[in-house]
Amino acid sequence: MEVNILVGGAAGQGMETVMNLLGKALVREGYGLIYTKDYMSRVRGGHNFSRLRVASAKPWTNIKSIDVLVALNEETYTRHCENLAPPGKVIFDPGLFSLPDDEDRGVPVELQKLAKEAGGKVMSNTVAVGALLVLIGLRSETVEGLLKEAFADKEGVAEKNITALKSGMDAASRYCSACFSLPAKDEGDKKLFIDGNQVLGMAALASGCRFLSAYPMTPSTGVMNYLAAKMKDYPLVVEQAEDEIAAVNMVLGASYAGLRSLTCTSGGGFSLMTEGLSLSGMIEVPLVIIIAMRPGPATGLPTRTEQGDLEYAIHGGHGEFPRAVLAASSHEDAFYRLNKAFELADRYQIPVLFLSDQNFADTHRSVEPFNFSRLKYNRFLAEEGLYEKPYKRYRFTENGISPRALPGQFADQVVLVDSDEHDQNGNIIEGAEARKLMIDKRMRKLAALAEEMDEPDLYGDPHPEILLISWGSTYGVMRETVDALSDAGLKIAMLHFSDIWPLPQKRLKSLLPRAKISCCVENNATGQLASIIRREAGLLIDRSILKYDGRPFLAHEIVAEVEKSVES
Amino acid sequence: MLKAEDYLVGKTAWCPGCGNHSIREALAEALSELQIRPHNVLICSGIGQAAKIPHYIKANGFNGLHGRALPPALGARVANKNLKVIVESGDGDSYGEGGNHLIHNIRRNPDIAHLVHNNQVYGLTKGQASPTSEQGMKTGVQVNGVVVPSLNPLALALVLGAGFVARCFSGEKEHLKETMIAAIKFEGYALVDILQPCPSFNKVNTYGWYKKRVYFPEIEDLQDWSAAMEVSRQWGERIPLGIFYNNSSPTFESTLAALEGEPLAWRPFDPLSVAHVQDEFL
Ligand SMILES: Cc1ncc(C[n+]2csc(CCOP(=O)(O)OP(=O)(O)O)c2C)c(N)n1
Ligand SMILES: [Mg+2]
Repeated sequence: MEVNILVGGAAGQGMETVMNLLGKALVREGYGLIYTKDYMSRVRGGHNFSRLRVASAKPWTNIKSIDVLVALNEETYTRHCENLAPPGKVIFDPGLFSLPDDEDRGVPVELQKLAKEAGGKVMSNTVAVGALLVLIGLRSETVEGLLKEAFADKEGVAEKNITALKSGMDAASRYCSACFSLPAKDEGDKKLFIDGNQVLGMAALASGCRFLSAYPMTPSTGVMNYLAAKMKDYPLVVEQAEDEIAAVNMVLGASYAGLRSLTCTSGGGFSLMTEGLSLSGMIEVPLVIIIAMRPGPATGLPTRTEQGDLEYAIHGGHGEFPRAVLAASSHEDAFYRLNKAFELADRYQIPVLFLSDQNFADTHRSVEPFNFSRLKYNRFLAEEGLYEKPYKRYRFTENGISPRALPGQFADQVVLVDSDEHDQNGNIIEGAEARKLMIDKRMRKLAALAEEMDEPDLYGDPHPEILLISWGSTYGVMRETVDALSDAGLKIAMLHFSDIWPLPQKRLKSLLPRAKISCCVENNATGQLASIIRREAGLLIDRSILKYDGRPFLAHEIVAEVEKSVES
Repeated sequence: MLKAEDYLVGKTAWCPGCGNHSIREALAEALSELQIRPHNVLICSGIGQAAKIPHYIKANGFNGLHGRALPPALGARVANKNLKVIVESGDGDSYGEGGNHLIHNIRRNPDIAHLVHNNQVYGLTKGQASPTSEQGMKTGVQVNGVVVPSLNPLALALVLGAGFVARCFSGEKEHLKETMIAAIKFEGYALVDILQPCPSFNKVNTYGWYKKRVYFPEIEDLQDWSAAMEVSRQWGERIPLGIFYNNSSPTFESTLAALEGEPLAWRPFDPLSVAHVQDEFL
């Protein structure tokens, strides 16, 4: 049993307010849910919508079918009515438009008029939430509590909103009350209602990151917003840079001088950062970059999703240097994995690229509270008495990792880093032998780094005949795909990568050759992970299932493709 | 007691007669007069002949990318406000490739002394025009002579609200040293544009060319912005040297609550101590 809600309208009509209020109330009441956004790159007009799915088993993705459609404008109705379930309902404002005569699923609620009566047009979203509560049979106390929390410091505003909420409830109850039933509650502890960018921002804060410099770029900006809001309570500095070149170089300066630091961007901004990325590789200063991918090339589709920058993350930046590339697969995992990114950057003194995408960044889910005791904070710095004097920043060591000191850490020892090729001291050199020794030193780090990479997650039949391979934000939809096809009797499993570079290969090498059919599922046009696997592991994957229209996969789409492969 | 010689390290890769030599000596003398120990100084530079300075002065050094000396300097100030941060680079690096960072860091006003070795040419890449090259100067690229008017960095800095603006000449070392001391002591962003001959690639603005023109005007009020603007714009037969403007305003660092107390870099951290941060999502 489940309930699927879609709220749509023009940009600026406040779909998010509705979903944030309703979503959080549902999670507080103990329901498992997912809420995703589909929006255009504009501030007013256009067509934006959000979907919210409440289901008893933890929902990983949204589905097409709609039970309650909240149409804030007529276009929302015309676009989505074909997916409205036969017993579905449409909440709309009869003051704005009317439904076709043969449409008998309408629940007219005068959103604007009721809002004005309660104290202001801005509250029409609260009226809509009231109507939704009635339809799905959720008591209003939790929403009222949330309104009181939200407007705690604004006199009278919460009360007015509660009036608006109740008027929405009254209006809707004339047409239908609890005509949908919510699924069983998710037992267990209280859950968080949180989106991907917030997960990453919180993970950064909890990893001891104290400096973020970035230039706003959708869909990464949420990380910046999250951390900026925390500046008032934590010793943290968020600086909006003049451009992404400045952002990455500021972060390198802060990191060199001792702060765990971060920058976040999307593909275009990452392009501007690549010289700085290469600098991090050369000067061996820890760097973490979150790349929230959106479809390219160039400005592409700013508010849509794609997994198009994997190869770019692996190869961006001139010259050869060790790096790690990790990806956000689920909210649950990404929290700890971003912490791992910081630890790897500090331990190996390398750049670490953390890939997310719009699909991950903008999606809210209900998740277990995070276990902060699993997070690590090791700086791997040189210690007094334990390093050789005089201090040399690039002292040769067996594993290639030189003891790292910070400027000012040790009296009369200086720390010199240089983007030119350099000697152990950090001084510029050009000698052939010295150059080779320094490249070898940096590259030696790769051996231990490769061992740190987690093998891809295996989900499904432990001896699969059909092996699906995927990475990053498709984790949830892949699980639903595997569940559906397992239920249909297939011996199927997925191998899902979160640590991607250096490519972990053990599980691939044991499972892939034994599978009868293998498919790599990616949200891009060229099958980038499949290419990397072919190149690195020498393994061929039978076929790729690709989607590159800027929208995330829906489970039924992958199911259909896999079924086709099985038939042929 | 640290003597000036104690700050001099390495073997320079500069040409004989290059202004960089005396700029380096002046900096060593300034640091020794200020008695700042090398581990408490950070010199950030970009790429170019001037930008090699971190290899020749005993101090912490961040010899970064071409044009990108200011951003890491700002980051380092956030991390450790106890570091004396000096940005030292060429005119191409500071005014050309790094122009955007120049503009916005003047606006931010971090506590950084920015010493620009202005030889009015790209030295390291063998003599192309820089933003400050004279109109008409012929180079291998500007074969018909530079057509665009040259950039006036001091006037630009003043317009952007810089609190400390000065011009020096590498041939006036004592004055240069004193100005460096004042710039390093100044709380906020301080720009010192240092005229410097490039005997290999700038055949127009030679040592003699500068020597003949430079003079020290009497400046009565260092907080008179209009007067500073006027003297900054003098260029030609006579080129004024000196501190033209000295008027501090709140620094970037002072606006950041997080920087109160011990430098951020030295503060311990325990992830468990922030576990309640997730409560807002409950
Ligand atoms: C991104 C980038 N572009 C170009 C260069 C080549 N380059 C190195 S230094 C330089 C100009 C140096 O001029 P200036 O900053 O005035 O320093 P000078 O050598 O005159 O002291 C150029 C163009 C580079 N290293 N990096
Ligand atoms: Mg120059």
